[in-house]
Amino acid sequence: MLFKFELEGGNFSKVGYASSQIKKVLKQLAIDPRIIKRVVVALYEAEVNVVAHAWRGTVVAKLDADKISLELKDEGPGIPDIPLAMSEGYSTASEAVREMGFGAGMGLPNMKKNVDELTIESQVDVGTTVRMVTWFNKKGA
Amino acid sequence: MEKADFYHALKIENDRCIGCTHCMKECPTGAIRIQDGKALIHKDWCVDCGECLKSCPTEAIYVEQDDFQRIFDYKCRVALMPTVFIGQFSKYTTEKEIISAVMELGFTHVFQVEFTADMIHKEMVRQMENAEEKPVISSFCPAIVRLIQVRFPALVDNLLLVKAPVNASATYYHKVLEGEGIPSEEIGIFYVTPCAAKIAALKGAEGYSSTIKGVINMDTLYNKAYHILKNRSGGYEPECELPPPLTKKEMRWSQTGGEAKHFSGRCLAIDEIHNVIDFLERMETTSEVRNVDFLELRACDRSCAGGVLAVANRFLTAERIMKRSMNRDKVPMIYAADNFEALSYLKQHITIRPVQPNPKRLYDGTIDEMLKKMEQVRKLMCYLPGIDCGACGSPNCQSLAEDIVRHEAQFSDCVFMQRNMEKHGKLDQEHAFRIVERTWGKDRLNKDCYKKGAKYEGL
Repeated sequence: MLFKFELEGGNFSKVGYASSQIKKVLKQLAIDPRIIKRVVVALYEAEVNVVAHAWRGTVVAKLDADKISLELKDEGPGIPDIPLAMSEGYSTASEAVREMGFGAGMGLPNMKKNVDELTIESQVDVGTTVRMVTWFNKKGA
Repeated sequence: MEKADFYHALKIENDRCIGCTHCMKECPTGAIRIQDGKALIHKDWCVDCGECLKSCPTEAIYVEQDDFQRIFDYKCRVALMPTVFIGQFSKYTTEKEIISAVMELGFTHVFQVEFTADMIHKEMVRQMENAEEKPVISSFCPAIVRLIQVRFPALVDNLLLVKAPVNASATYYHKVLEGEGIPSEEIGIFYVTPCAAKIAALKGAEGYSSTIKGVINMDTLYNKAYHILKNRSGGYEPECELPPPLTKKEMRWSQTGGEAKHFSGRCLAIDEIHNVIDFLERMETTSEVRNVDFLELRACDRSCAGGVLAVANRFLTAERIMKRSMNRDKVPMIYAADNFEALSYLKQHITIRPVQPNPKRLYDGTIDEMLKKMEQVRKLMCYLPGIDCGACGSPNCQSLAEDIVRHEAQFSDCVFMQRNMEKHGKLDQEHAFRIVERTWGKDRLNKDCYKKGAKYEGL
């Protein structure tokens, strides 16, 4: 089953919509609440990243009986140095974004911690694609 | 998974129900459907919040209570009275007058529910200190406990496992009376309830019959007591023994913020069930709710003052309780009284067993099967109009689609789809009419000048 959501750069009031919809679906499927929590945290962080840094983006969630695959594709500045972006506390968020309580440099590390697979592809000044997979029958990371 | 069997105090009187959909649209767990022109409550999904009762225009939804005369089965008849009952009366009626009126109705003792609040508070603090997961959630409001079991099952472990004031006080006072030499079988403690959820929780819980013998709805007792007060001659001086006075904290315990104020760290008090649902949804999906230590959640607006069985306006009740609780002694009387035996008994029996999750399940089967059913729902949603009119007997289009997939409703229940099917020759007019009658009852579409708002209403 496929779900698609649009994300708008800079619109923090809408952030979290995709993660709350996905949460509802996973709850209906009686997935282990601990797994739901991890998926939702990762997706929420990813949503925040797109809204905080990119101009626009989409979330595509693909739900199978054994796993959920999430793909966040954005048009934005891209990430010049992915390993650096992955380190805890590193952030390029603007002052305005930090004032709203985001931008602590925990987004990507938090996502990595909460999903089974994470891949990032990025091209500077074009955009970033983040793919995450979580398996339902695998016990916590 | 162990399933808790829910007892429900909310009932529908079919003769009064006009199947108007008000309750169905208000229900926060989507537990109501209309069939044959009458509302039906899905027992596993209902959390006894009472929103349906509040919305019913024909008083068809009521709260089941025990016959008042049953108090006379006992020699020692105790009214276990919450502060909200005092708040039903204006400042011109003294507590002594209120309590004397309740005694005149046949009670031998009046005891206040919040008397044990300080003991409960201490136990909550103890559990909070040892809690692995924050925020801890108060288990004060039984509708909230059920809401968490049904809609937020992942949060059951955040609930503090302590008795509600009504249970703690019944346990304590029963022991006190036994200590005075009254045999257990002669003690009849009756709880005066402001809401349906309390009844449901009491009647569903273990130990109900051993301490609390029955429940009296607050509106019933208010009417009886008010009648006595109104008929007293001027200058009447009531004579009765008063229960030990409550402190400010105890009196305000059931008010919004009454608990949250007394815990350390970040504490939030949220009332009204839709507000609570909205907050818990946010807490589960965003990182907006961070570092919260304690949540006081209440199903009714203005907490118990807004209970469905309270008579007075909830804002007035809340204000009256605030006023009446000012300038009170700060030391809880529970420690000053010489009932050490009852006190230590309560200390040992103040906790409750862990709360089991009881999630609302839409579909049975394996994940594969459930996924297929969800796909079917999405396909059906392509056709349904999405205006959530409720004319099919389900609260919204999404629910109708889910009901269809569960074989509890049909595609042709949707009035828009009926038009469509008629247009394409798939449904004849007679058949369409029969479908509408199945949902709305036989004579529902006939002219009726006696219905609410019509020209002969009330005649």
